[in-house]
Amino acid sequence: MEATVAIENLRVEYRSRELGLATKVAVRGLSLAVGQGEVFGFLGPNGAGKTSTMNVLLGFVPPSAGSARIFGVDVREPIARQRIGYLPEQTYYYKFLTAEELLHFYAGIFQIPPAERGARVDQVLKLVELEHARKRQLKTYSKGMQQRAGLAQALINNPDLLILDEPTSGLDPIGRMKVREIIQRLKNEGKTVFFSSHELGEVETVCDRVAILHQGELKAEGRVADLVAQHAASLEQVFLKLVGYHPHP
Amino acid sequence: MNTVCSLAKVVVLEMVRRKDFYVLFILTVLLTGTAGSVNLFNDRSIVRYLKEICLLLIWLSSLVMAITCTARQIPMEREQRTIFPLLAKPVTRGQFLLGKFLGCWLAVGMALAVFYFFFGLVSASREQQWPVLNYVQAAWLHWVMLGVVVAFTLLGSIVFAAPSSNGTICFVVSVGILLLGRHLNKVALGLPQPWQSLLYGSYFVIPHLELFDVRDLIIHNWELIPWGMVGLATLYAAAYAAVFLLAAIWVFRRRPLN
Repeated sequence: MEATVAIENLRVEYRSRELGLATKVAVRGLSLAVGQGEVFGFLGPNGAGKTSTMNVLLGFVPPSAGSARIFGVDVREPIARQRIGYLPEQTYYYKFLTAEELLHFYAGIFQIPPAERGARVDQVLKLVELEHARKRQLKTYSKGMQQRAGLAQALINNPDLLILDEPTSGLDPIGRMKVREIIQRLKNEGKTVFFSSHELGEVETVCDRVAILHQGELKAEGRVADLVAQHAASLEQVFLKLVGYHPHP
Repeated sequence: MNTVCSLAKVVVLEMVRRKDFYVLFILTVLLTGTAGSVNLFNDRSIVRYLKEICLLLIWLSSLVMAITCTARQIPMEREQRTIFPLLAKPVTRGQFLLGKFLGCWLAVGMALAVFYFFFGLVSASREQQWPVLNYVQAAWLHWVMLGVVVAFTLLGSIVFAAPSSNGTICFVVSVGILLLGRHLNKVALGLPQPWQSLLYGSYFVIPHLELFDVRDLIIHNWELIPWGMVGLATLYAAAYAAVFLLAAIWVFRRRPLN
């Protein structure tokens, strides 16, 4: 069966506009595959190349070499994003819109028939528990509410693949728990979830498999339990070891 | 087309909900209303001058509105990073730009409709007549001209990083064409080579925005322009707007978003 996400020998380079500055290589020869229904954790310290990889998957940055496919479609084709839901790390939405307007707008983008839009909007607002604030502009929302509105927009098209960039970043413990519950629910529904996170405990709880990236290179990939057993250490210790961090005694 | 319309709707909503939009709007309406109600020396011909001033004010306001609103669209999307969740959807960069263009053009069109309607009411109250078709032609050609301005401002917003510099350049270029566009060929003849060829060539390349300035139609209550000519002018503007939009799409497709 074809992988939901297939990345082969991906290389991402950023050319500097300033003379004399070398080209920065963000991702070097990354290959990985995520199967349908998997919750896949994408780990790495800051600057490891996680966001660059996600940017390629979302079509924001073209690969310098190699390829990336979603549902078998090259990520450079806009149609590849028809079955994707994306939640950015920060709440990058039109704050002058209400949650309801934002969701109707995205539903329109996904060509959801007008007759079905209302029901779909109600459904996702209920899922993220924002029904009570649906008529309020997003700028009046708390950080946690904005993040949940973001999750709602990521789910509006009932996606088969969710790409979440640090979904619990900046949330309080209750907010984190709610997001985690939603991911768990999506997993139970058979959705594929590809997410980056710094919260190793959360990754351990939610993910089926993880990939650890460091300086643009894939250091490890596999089931959380296998990695833990293989290194005879907790996921945090495995992570620190693979990224070359040695704590002072 | 659905995608483009959805994007345009959000642009219009944004403009409607922004307060700075209303400042210019209320200012123009107030000045138009005040100028229209002045009765100097009981002279009926003074109405013509007042109409001229009011229309100049409407032209300036609409230009400022079109340029400032359009110039900030792309830089704001990038700065606030709202472009990321949007382009993570099945939206091409071309659709994104077309949506922005349509939204800005429609929003300016709505403002124009209100301006002209209000101005029409004021002048009709003074002149006891309202040649509606003259107003329709003048407003339509004005709006079509603004379509060209919106398109090249959108292109400028991709080329120039700062909205303020783009706005200033587009305003100077628009006003420059409106004032000097029709005289460029004559000015060129008095210049040495290669400036003569350069200026003469640019006379044939620039969009002649001044062709759309038919304020006299309202000021002097002139005969209507043949509708065929209005259609041709519309096609002329559409061709220029299309060229600027295609250039904008071509440049934008090559720009990395990060």
